[in-house]
Amino acid sequence: MTTTVWVPRDAGALSLGAEATAWAIAREAAARGLDVTIRRNGSRGLYWLEPLVEVATPAGRVAYGPVTAAEVPGLFDAGFLDGCAHRLGHGPTERIPWLASQQRLCCARIGVIAPADVREYEAQGGLAGLRRALGLPPAEIVRAVSESGLRGRGGAAFPAGRKWRTVLEQEAPQKYIACNADEGDSGTFADRLLLEGDPLAVIEGMVIAGLAVGATQGYLYLRIEYPQARRALDEAIAAARAAGLLGDDILGSGRSFELEVRLGAGAYICGEETSMLESLEGRRGEVRVRPPLPAVRGLFGLPTVVNNVVTCASVPAILAHGASWYRDYGCGESRGTLPLQLGGNVRRGGLVERAFGLTLRELIEDYGGGTASGRPVRAVQIGGPLGAWLPPALLDTPVDYEALAAAGAPLGHGGIVVFDDTVDLAAMARFAFAFCAHESCGKCTPCRIGSTRGVELLDRIRAGTDTEVALERLAALCDTLRQASLCGLGGMTPNPVESALRHFPEDFRARS
Amino acid sequence: MNEAIDAAIARHRDRPGPLLVVLHDIQAALGYVPPEAVPRIAAALRLSRAEVHGVISFYHYFRERPPGARTIRLCRAEACQAVHGDSLARHAEQRLGIGFGETTADGRHTLEAVYCLGNCACGPSLLIGEELHGRVTPERFDELLDGAGSAP
Repeated sequence: MTTTVWVPRDAGALSLGAEATAWAIAREAAARGLDVTIRRNGSRGLYWLEPLVEVATPAGRVAYGPVTAAEVPGLFDAGFLDGCAHRLGHGPTERIPWLASQQRLCCARIGVIAPADVREYEAQGGLAGLRRALGLPPAEIVRAVSESGLRGRGGAAFPAGRKWRTVLEQEAPQKYIACNADEGDSGTFADRLLLEGDPLAVIEGMVIAGLAVGATQGYLYLRIEYPQARRALDEAIAAARAAGLLGDDILGSGRSFELEVRLGAGAYICGEETSMLESLEGRRGEVRVRPPLPAVRGLFGLPTVVNNVVTCASVPAILAHGASWYRDYGCGESRGTLPLQLGGNVRRGGLVERAFGLTLRELIEDYGGGTASGRPVRAVQIGGPLGAWLPPALLDTPVDYEALAAAGAPLGHGGIVVFDDTVDLAAMARFAFAFCAHESCGKCTPCRIGSTRGVELLDRIRAGTDTEVALERLAALCDTLRQASLCGLGGMTPNPVESALRHFPEDFRARS
Repeated sequence: MNEAIDAAIARHRDRPGPLLVVLHDIQAALGYVPPEAVPRIAAALRLSRAEVHGVISFYHYFRERPPGARTIRLCRAEACQAVHGDSLARHAEQRLGIGFGETTADGRHTLEAVYCLGNCACGPSLLIGEELHGRVTPERFDELLDGAGSAP
């Protein structure tokens, strides 16, 4: 009888040697005359354990990690094919506390199934939402998403249902679903994990969105920095087409939806929705002035739903289980769950999907286990390059859109990056301006010019030349950027700068 | 070269908004978008040469000169900085003897900065071609450079 061994083909796992591990297992099994079937999944998101190898035993899947190729012979010696104990063993995967304590609604299948296997996808709850949606009038699908309280997970947190309703109400010869997979914020990788680990959920969510608003064409805008996600998506789209989830007769319903992947080209600004639409149309990714909203005049001038990958992947389960099932998770105006991403200098980094309401401290201390370097946590960056820097004293803030916004730290796409006490916040503030200058689309003056002036001011402050004047000008510059920029890139670059200055003023004094 | 350009145009010209798709196709085939491509694309897609050039120069990924045999894209974003990505970047520049955006004199390596590879729990990270590497120390960088980049 063959034993199934799962080895992730997730970019993060591959970056730590998962391919060599898979080959070593195959080689070792052959040498020992053992019947082993290697299957490839996505990552479960426990990155300090990658490559995380799982053995399917009669008692369930048993985890070992991190398994480099060099560890493989030892694992065979210890009898890992029977789930035996080993230095790298973690017992049944589902019972690893880090995973067992999560509430994986959106990311329920990542690392569990082979990503392009439609039958496995369905056996694990997939397609139930789409089947349900096919039996509902469009307005009812929109109502379910509205009532679930789902908000856009890309960063802006706009109610998804309201966006869908606007598109549904438009009269147009063609409407579009555009899935934003231009996950550019440092510290975020939830989109990538989903695209590589459960791409069919993203596809299913897009098809449901199409049914809801009357769109028959979807585009998925994927960043070029994710070559593995592109491969996973291509496979999944081919499988979805073969299984009738895409095409002109979705699951025999007579309804149609087509999907095309378009690649970005290394421009951070294209994560901004109107810039992404420009890019999809084949132009420079310069932001558009709103209104009109993309829901009214979006891609090619036609009504378009623009949703992030996580938002799309959250939809199928909402349809399958009902709006209240999803809404019952979370707190205040932040309903449901959020896949948070823990990265940087952290001992146990990865994906933590929990209902809104847990605190940053639980996340960083309980899940993260402090820094990887063993030094004290000094600063945490929340919400990517346009988010804020927080000191350890503020970590009791709950993860909730409103609570974090009140603390001056917008949640963005849910990336949390940990830094130890070697970080220089004045250098990071300078980086924020330099990044803005590098990525500015150039359309509005505050962002195009202001970002470079900001770098210069930080250089003066760090050098200790005329610090008082420079700090005053910095405050005025931040004010201008916030008030007068066309989009979030210029408008939110003050977040990292001002939060660094507010919470870490000592870093901005001249060094002698 | 012109055949590759014309083939890319022919493959995609009927798609809506085809310019980026065409440019990607050309760069995938040739490693860069040569200046000769601009007027051909412009004519075929009914755009001005300025519009085509404007798009090529807007996007960091597209390049107008041939790269080295291997392109190393090293992440310079915050999550990698948190785990000494800056020292790795300095090491890479020193070891290769070039700065970011440059190609070694022997034409073997091009070094480019990228901002996030989505591997933020396993930094510092870099791509060699399309192969992602995580937790890259300066020593590991040297091994990857010498050893054709096979995984550990």
